[in-house]
Amino acid sequence: MDASGKGIIQSLLQSSRDILPIAGVVAFFQLVVIGEPLPDALALLQGMLFVIIGLTLFVHGLETGLFPIGESMAQAFARKGSVFWLLLFGFSLGFATTIAEPALIAIAGEAAAVAAEEGRIAGDADSMAAWALGLRIAVALAVGLAIVLGVIRILKGWPLHYLIIGGYGIVVAMTGFAPEEIVGIAYDAGGVTTSTITVPLVTALGVGLSMAIRGRNPAVDGFGLIAFASLTPMMFVMIYGGLF
Amino acid sequence: MDGLPPFHDVLQQTLLETLRDVAPILLVILVFQFLVLRRRLNKPWRMLKGGLFVVAGLVFFLMGLEQALFPLGRSMAEQLTDPEFVSGAAATGDTIAHWSAYYGVYLFAFSMGAAAVMVEPAVIAVAMKANQLSGGAIHANRLRIAIAVGVGIGIAIGAFRIITGGSLLYFILGAYCIVILQTLFAPRHMIPLAYDSGGVSTSTVTVPIVAALGLGLAANLPGRSPLMDGFGMIAFAVVFPIISVLAFAQFAHWQQRRDNHGGRQHESETDHRPGE
Repeated sequence: MDASGKGIIQSLLQSSRDILPIAGVVAFFQLVVIGEPLPDALALLQGMLFVIIGLTLFVHGLETGLFPIGESMAQAFARKGSVFWLLLFGFSLGFATTIAEPALIAIAGEAAAVAAEEGRIAGDADSMAAWALGLRIAVALAVGLAIVLGVIRILKGWPLHYLIIGGYGIVVAMTGFAPEEIVGIAYDAGGVTTSTITVPLVTALGVGLSMAIRGRNPAVDGFGLIAFASLTPMMFVMIYGGLF
Repeated sequence: MDGLPPFHDVLQQTLLETLRDVAPILLVILVFQFLVLRRRLNKPWRMLKGGLFVVAGLVFFLMGLEQALFPLGRSMAEQLTDPEFVSGAAATGDTIAHWSAYYGVYLFAFSMGAAAVMVEPAVIAVAMKANQLSGGAIHANRLRIAIAVGVGIGIAIGAFRIITGGSLLYFILGAYCIVILQTLFAPRHMIPLAYDSGGVSTSTVTVPIVAALGLGLAANLPGRSPLMDGFGMIAFAVVFPIISVLAFAQFAHWQQRRDNHGGRQHESETDHRPGE
């Protein structure tokens, strides 16, 4: 119980630290540059409090409940030696963590609202929610595939930069065919996927894997999974935008 | 959205959605643990408790998101593009002012992006790793500043793109051309790290604010549409730290070589690439 209390306080400090600099910058611009008090300051403050509480509980839950088991499973699969199960696990892990990624939930909702406002999709709540969920599933599939590609790269020892540069070549080519209004959302999706949940678990998989393979340096080969996870969502969201 | 719906309705709705969002993770863990690895859960209670914390945390976060993070970005965009605030140039409300009149937007975008990175734990971890990898040639704190400046510049340029209505593709293409050129010359072992630092530096708190800022800019500026112009800011926040980290690694590498040059020229760690 003691350790858990300490952990919560640590996550509380952490999430306050995430918000404070932003709150400081906003306050400075509001009061000094714009020179007016914040509109709706009380509601904002309450919302900020919700964000801090939410991130605290979220991160604490991840660190105590999910990361330890996720990491031990990642290592177990890395050692197991069966490429099929390793890839399937990597794919599922990437997919499942991305679906729960808070930043992606935020962006998908906003994208659906904007798309409905401009008449791209129907404006009722149900079709907006369906479109947002579809967008998130597209991104989650993309991250799953990215993990598979990244694991194959680690196994084969391919140099990262050729793959990444080639990938961006494909993104550029696809941009020429994708509906114009999806491009911004697609490009943003790359940065959104890789935050709170996905990064620690995926990094654990990469590092565990390169430790298990002889002749690999975990410091070098363990990285790079995230880079793929920023790349493939752009392609998948453009495909999604072309289809729906 | 005028007038928030009743609190308990929001709570219930968010809770149901959150349960659905977290379920896949639990499913993956349970299925692979029991059916594939055939192991028992080490501490099932801890996992259950952790799962409950995750759900509760997401519910709070999503409510705070609607109430604080989105409105914040939106209201900053609104106020900083207000024709009365953007004085001077021809900002009469239906025509857009010269891009330089919106300096407040660039300053805000830069400061917010940079400030958020300086406290981001993932960035701190990457910086320490880089210090280790380079054998101390790269100072962790200086690298953090490099990433922060990269993200700040990235978001500011993203705002510039929305204000001028430029093509997202050309901007991003230009940025990646720089990345490719840098990759050709950068110290090899730093490349994966630099590429990862792009994805890592956008946090759960910054993403919604930056997105709302971009959408707010596009909604408030005459002649811009949120759907066509409003997105894309986060993409800049991903590319620019790659550029700044590669530049920083290059710089540290040169500096180290110069320092080594006078004394013993004992393994300058130039092409030390394990695994290739």
